[in-house]
Amino acid sequence: MADVQIARALPLAGMVHGGAEVTVSAAPAAYRISLRAGGPAVAALSKALGVTLPKKPGTSASAGSRHALWLGPDEWFVFDETADPAADCAKSKAAHSAVDISHRNTAILVSGPAAADVINAGCPRELSLEAFPVGACSRTVMGKIEIVLYRTGAEDFRVECWRSFSDYAFAFLADAARGL
Amino acid sequence: MTTAGTNRIAGKGRLTPANTVRFTFDGKSYTGLEGDTLAAALIANDVHLVGRSFKYHRPRGILSAGPEEPSALVGVRRDAARQTPNIRATVQEIHDGLDAVSQNRWPSLAFDIGAVNDIGSPLFSAGFYYKTFMWPKVAWKHVYEPVIRNAAGLGTAPEEPDPDHYAGRYAHCDVLVIGGGAAGLSAALAAAESGAQVILCDEKPSFGGALWFEEEARLDGMDGYEWAQQTTDRLAVMDNVRVLSRTTAFGYYAQNFVGLVERVTDHLAAPEADMPRERLWQVRAKRVIIAAGAIERHMVFANNDRPGIMLAAAARTYLNHHGVAVGRKVGVYTANDSAYAAAIDLKKAGSDIPAIVDIRDNPDSVVVEEAKALGIRVLTGHAVTGAGGKLRVASMSVEPKNGGSAEVIPVDALLMSAGWTPSVHMFSQSRGKVAWDEESQRFLPGTYAQDCVSVGACNGTDGLAETVAEALDAGERAAKEARAKAKKSGVKIKTEGGGKWAGGMIGAGPGAGAGKVVKAFVDYQNDVTAKDIRLAVQEGMHSIEHVKRFTTNGMATDQGKLSNLHGLAIAAEALDRPIPKVGLTTFRPPYTPTTFGAIVNHARGKLFDPMRCTPMHASEEAAGAVFEDVGQWKRAWYYPRPGEDMHAAVNRECRTVREVAGMFDATTLGKIEVIGPDAAKFLDLLYTNPFMKLGVGKLRYGIMCREDGFIYDDGVVGRIAEDRFHVTTTTGGAPRVMNHMEDYLQTEFPDLKVWLTSTSEQWAVIAVQGPKSREIIAPFVEGIDLSSEAFPHMSMAEGKVCGVPARVFRMSFTGEAGFEINVPADYGRMVWDTLHEHGKPMGMCLYGTETMHVLRAEKGYIIVGQDTDGTVTPHDAGLSWAVGKKKTDFVGIRGLMRPDIVAKGRRQLVGLKVKDGRTVLEEGAQIVADPKQAVPMTMIGWVSSSYWSENCGRPIAMALVEDGFERMGDTLYVPMPDRVIEVEVTNTVFFDEEGGRLHG
Amino acid sequence: MLLIHCPYCEEERPELEFRHAGEAHIARPADIASISDEDFAQYFFYRDNPKGLTFERWRHIHGCARFFNAVRDTVSDKFVTTYKTGEPKPDLAEAANENKPQAKKGRGSK
Repeated sequence: MADVQIARALPLAGMVHGGAEVTVSAAPAAYRISLRAGGPAVAALSKALGVTLPKKPGTSASAGSRHALWLGPDEWFVFDETADPAADCAKSKAAHSAVDISHRNTAILVSGPAAADVINAGCPRELSLEAFPVGACSRTVMGKIEIVLYRTGAEDFRVECWRSFSDYAFAFLADAARGL
Repeated sequence: MTTAGTNRIAGKGRLTPANTVRFTFDGKSYTGLEGDTLAAALIANDVHLVGRSFKYHRPRGILSAGPEEPSALVGVRRDAARQTPNIRATVQEIHDGLDAVSQNRWPSLAFDIGAVNDIGSPLFSAGFYYKTFMWPKVAWKHVYEPVIRNAAGLGTAPEEPDPDHYAGRYAHCDVLVIGGGAAGLSAALAAAESGAQVILCDEKPSFGGALWFEEEARLDGMDGYEWAQQTTDRLAVMDNVRVLSRTTAFGYYAQNFVGLVERVTDHLAAPEADMPRERLWQVRAKRVIIAAGAIERHMVFANNDRPGIMLAAAARTYLNHHGVAVGRKVGVYTANDSAYAAAIDLKKAGSDIPAIVDIRDNPDSVVVEEAKALGIRVLTGHAVTGAGGKLRVASMSVEPKNGGSAEVIPVDALLMSAGWTPSVHMFSQSRGKVAWDEESQRFLPGTYAQDCVSVGACNGTDGLAETVAEALDAGERAAKEARAKAKKSGVKIKTEGGGKWAGGMIGAGPGAGAGKVVKAFVDYQNDVTAKDIRLAVQEGMHSIEHVKRFTTNGMATDQGKLSNLHGLAIAAEALDRPIPKVGLTTFRPPYTPTTFGAIVNHARGKLFDPMRCTPMHASEEAAGAVFEDVGQWKRAWYYPRPGEDMHAAVNRECRTVREVAGMFDATTLGKIEVIGPDAAKFLDLLYTNPFMKLGVGKLRYGIMCREDGFIYDDGVVGRIAEDRFHVTTTTGGAPRVMNHMEDYLQTEFPDLKVWLTSTSEQWAVIAVQGPKSREIIAPFVEGIDLSSEAFPHMSMAEGKVCGVPARVFRMSFTGEAGFEINVPADYGRMVWDTLHEHGKPMGMCLYGTETMHVLRAEKGYIIVGQDTDGTVTPHDAGLSWAVGKKKTDFVGIRGLMRPDIVAKGRRQLVGLKVKDGRTVLEEGAQIVADPKQAVPMTMIGWVSSSYWSENCGRPIAMALVEDGFERMGDTLYVPMPDRVIEVEVTNTVFFDEEGGRLHG
Repeated sequence: MLLIHCPYCEEERPELEFRHAGEAHIARPADIASISDEDFAQYFFYRDNPKGLTFERWRHIHGCARFFNAVRDTVSDKFVTTYKTGEPKPDLAEAANENKPQAKKGRGSK
């Protein structure tokens, strides 16, 4: 899809909910793939992608604008705001499945001292830096939807969800940001 | 005397006299002090009568000074939408403008007509609901229930939606400390100073627990309450501690998961708009320290519910914290030492104490001597057998406990203490087993079920020094268990004074014993008397669980806090069995009433359930679509034009699609990308159809069964490459089909090299259907030859549409030639709008799900879940052609061979032609062969789909009918309430039976 | 809400991330098309539903998405152990002993 110049209509385009303790905002457009592969293919795919696919549960790896998140024992979520990782995977001969989900998901950025508290309004996971350090990632739940949670900083999270759930996700986070 | 009430004692209490607060009770204006509860402020103004009881409408006062309050329940109102019934006056803090009303009385609190229930009370004895209103049955709905509901019950619910905002939060910690008295604070301090992450909560506005009233207690050389405040401040500034006041731990669940509810704004006169009224905390703690304290018990004697009769420690709280004397002439009736302290405090504050009536023969302790030294008359071996006065206690009748002449002593308040009941609620909720301690006559934590520990009064630890020592040790130990790197806390706390909480009695006192026809209340809230409990036993309730349900003792908000042990002791005596043999009722959440608002918290309004919209939603809305709910999805149902009703709009849409073309949003269909060298093999196993030989660029309709052979889902599968398929599922079936496929892949066929990825929301799907569909889309399609020769029905290709990458399927769910265009979702609206703009002048319409349903029914295409019900096989549905005959395995292959599945008598999908040519059958209507048979008739099937077909000019219907395939041409009947409709059995294809239009 | 140890994520996760998936160790017969009605009934319809220790399947559906097996006590609702799909049934006696915490006695049970 790298060659398409037509602007994407993101579901939450431009949405921001600001406060002293936390800011909830729509993330810019990104390329995303769901990458599936068995153990033997991981090295080759890491090379093709230019980022070492993490093998430890719940961890991620980044190289430049590209981020690879461990979601399952044979599953990674790779996103990149500038270059399409699907094109790189296609170069690898190793057996794998790389499916374009750029438009399936959308992302919300949650930042600020109360970011973890706001996410914890609906996410039952422990989000202390000890339990969920910077770089930690996981598929989990928030309120009534499934999300992929990725900690990008001590006070910064990226919440990925399916497109049609993004309205709910944003409204949930904004509601949780009230009256902290 | 200050302005904040005639009973306010100058120089007593911790509140600031200058900080006055104005509030109203039953329309009358009063002044209280900041920090008062409603109960404290009312007593300060000499108001003891605050409500009427549940069943007998007896005048009731304030019994306690805390959340255990069973009597003083009031309605509190901020505005029309914010009125909350059954608020405990002992918990509600006053603020300027607080508007409280008494409940369960008419026309007024002092004169209540419902009080005739009190006179007629023999009618209302235990179990009366079960016994009295049994017959006639119809009277329940129209007579008994409305009358009972009117007469009994407490308060009224608001009629407007709750305008407040509620919040929720999951939290984790090493150590959760429940209760912030001397024990809880000490434990929290030790754990926190050891380096553990600590959450400390207490239900009161400030910490201290019993230190609120225990004036003689000193910690680290200072006043106990002051120490509590300083300790709280010290904890609150630590990074590893979260201190939550006004926060009740209401439920203890599996694996140290504890529910807390924090009351954030109820005490504020003008809360900020964004502040939640309450916040639900769901805490997961590695260790829990329960420091819940103990609850003082009342004495059980005749008329022990008269306003002005209260627990001794409550009177101390009102005096020592609020500076309020509960009476000027205060009697005391006790079975232990701790009530003496109340008498002494009040005496010193200027109240007269006519007598302390002690049921014990030889009480011997420092406080007894101290009371005597103050000149208080102490009557040992005596009992209070009754109370005089009606709207306020006026006297107590005192008799030697073993009989003798009674003395009537005038009082304006009567304090009582039967001892202290350790609060084992949280421990019991954690599934810990309580054990009866014969020596101290109380239930204590026995066997633990979770990683928690009880400390202080709730553990039966009597005395301040012992409590603090136990709590410090528990705090340090919990920190060490939860956190490997915990250090020694080094916390030491010096204690002096503090009451001894042991001793007391349980059960009814003299004068309320067996055979006495008096109202001696065990459970104030449910109006359960000692006599009721004996009656329950007499009527055969031998288990305490039965006694509880028969009498309602300990039910409702009381949850056994005050009533439990007395009820148990009375039942044990009546049964002549030891207490542990009678058993204790189970404590269940919530500990105190918890609002629905807190439990629901964020999940209301828009956040009640996700509302899913497709990328084209806004365009559909602009085009005037009416939407229907399909699961969480909003789908365009039909597009009425001005003047059209649904029927007219659908008829027009149906006609237009067949005559010209229509465009439909099919985005909600589930989609799964199946990739890998074994992809075809996998699909061959999951679908009844063969997939090995499906060519690249071809589509196939597939049916998915469960092992039992019943249809689970259906959809179209496209082969994009040798090792790559695009699978579609029904809208509702998307998640479960994915789960079903993953299940087989991961657990039954793990050797297959295949991966599944949901792409349901990657693609926006635009169906363009009808004779002009090709003409409409052609100008926008790049890289695909759309001619019928190159791109026949059931083909697919990748290319571009409107300049964006697309997967175009040549397929039809309408019976017309048509295309389903898949484009990446963010481009969906642009493509939709472009095609719409182009197609509209050519006569194309937009159509919704209703038209889609009608058009597919005209062609006999099934909808899984509408024309199937989980007991329909592909053969039953007339889809035998879709079951691969040569396949040796697929999910459902064995199920389809089961004797019942191949036997005669299966319900099979047929068409129905209504003989009158006009009547649209009701979906779900039953079908019979002979309408004249006797009721109950033998039903041989039911109508699954039924519509008016504009294109056929008549109604059409599908039905599942017993041996339907053999009944072609037969007449059957659909009995309705007002008539019987005659139908003829046909095949299911009503339009274009040859199917030529598909290939146009 | 329970905490469930996911053998793939190698940590305890909140129950909300999981979905129960029925009894474990019921293998689909390789020759399913030719088994008897009785065998099919045993395979598809009959389940043990024991009081006490039970083998069951769970899916970490909102986590790593893997199906796995668990041994749970239906009386106490406690998980004894969890293990990956395809691994053999654990030795229950051993597992139960390892996981049985010494019940702590409180002041009331002298």
